[in-house]
Amino acid sequence: MPTDSPKKAVALISGGLDSLLAAKTLIEQGVHVEGINFYTGFCVEGHTHAIRKKDRAKPKRNNALWSAEQLGIKLHIIDVIDEYKDILINPKHGYGAHINPCLDCKSFMVKKAFEWMEENNFDFIITGEVIGQRPMSQRKDTMPVVAKESGAGDRLLRPLCAKRLPETLPEREGWVDRERLHDITGRSRKPQMALAQQYGFTEYAQPAGGCCFLTNEAYSAKLIDFWSAKKTRDYELDDIMLLKIGRHLRPRPNFKVIIGREEGENNFLEGYRKMFTHLKTVSHAGSLALIDGEVSKEDILLAAQLTARFSQGKTAESVEIQVTEVSGESYPLHVKALTEDDIPKDWYI
Amino acid sequence: MKQETLDVRGQLCPIPVIRTQNKIKTLEHGDTLVVLCTDPGSLSDIPAWTRIHGHTIINTQETEQEIEITIQVQREEE
Repeated sequence: MPTDSPKKAVALISGGLDSLLAAKTLIEQGVHVEGINFYTGFCVEGHTHAIRKKDRAKPKRNNALWSAEQLGIKLHIIDVIDEYKDILINPKHGYGAHINPCLDCKSFMVKKAFEWMEENNFDFIITGEVIGQRPMSQRKDTMPVVAKESGAGDRLLRPLCAKRLPETLPEREGWVDRERLHDITGRSRKPQMALAQQYGFTEYAQPAGGCCFLTNEAYSAKLIDFWSAKKTRDYELDDIMLLKIGRHLRPRPNFKVIIGREEGENNFLEGYRKMFTHLKTVSHAGSLALIDGEVSKEDILLAAQLTARFSQGKTAESVEIQVTEVSGESYPLHVKALTEDDIPKDWYI
Repeated sequence: MKQETLDVRGQLCPIPVIRTQNKIKTLEHGDTLVVLCTDPGSLSDIPAWTRIHGHTIINTQETEQEIEITIQVQREEE
């Protein structure tokens, strides 16, 4: 390759500040950078804002795309929903605080980026990782694990903390100037904020609690409950989407009820109603509820009383609920709503 | 030059963007793709993806229920 031909790096772009800065660092050195972003199905981006009516005023941009546009680079979004199942279900390195397989996940994403790099004749991979930033996947002792298990080896460069790590191929070959890379460590965001200012970024995403539902305690509990009820650790995209939406209550081991919390969620649940026995409050304003599981008439009655509890008829003598079973059979039930005291705390998932 | 339609109604972002991206890979310079979607996030994400890849949005229509985005494929730089 001629020496004046710019080297090409593929950057993992999450939409957060670190990956934005890592890519910018290399662009400043004249490297041709393109971004890659992986969609696992557990990404916080987009979905919940799109679904919930109360969030409609929030910007609905995808931050990875927004980052790419700020950087002036292309972004390739890759669907890894099916491949990701094995990472989540059988993580070699186990889970973090919740059901987050962060180390396996990082190795998987770098591996996928490495495959993309080879298919598209790129030269190396960059990530926004910072030593000490994350307790599981971004530690000095786990960074070599990611490089090794992904197959990327020394074609994996972490520009934000490179000066604290052994030289990589792009540095040794002079494709990038190590002196112009960074030595950031730890959980403080101040060095990144200073660097953002230096690069002229005045606006950037700082998602609270990370960008993955698997690091969320409440979501993890719902997923574990889902697996436990199904007696198998498997899922489809619709399953994990439904876990993001509504109140989930399990009054009996054989079924749970998903009750929309507002209009946007009800509209979203409408799209699933043909797959589930569902209940709609007729006599009062109320939510749509889906029953997930095999149920008896007694179970449906209990689900109707629960649904009534979360309607405007919660104190009424009688609430009319229209039940529609998966078979299409539809009939009204007149129930009195359960009271708050009737609902044990452990029904809430 | 041909026009194709991609129906991603009911899908939530980034699925509409991914499917738009994958469909455009199969099209030639000058072809147009009409994307039908319902996720309001598409109004931001599909044009953003289109801009950064150098394609052109030639029409966007939004009704209460549906969004229609028409993209013209540009291949000069590729």
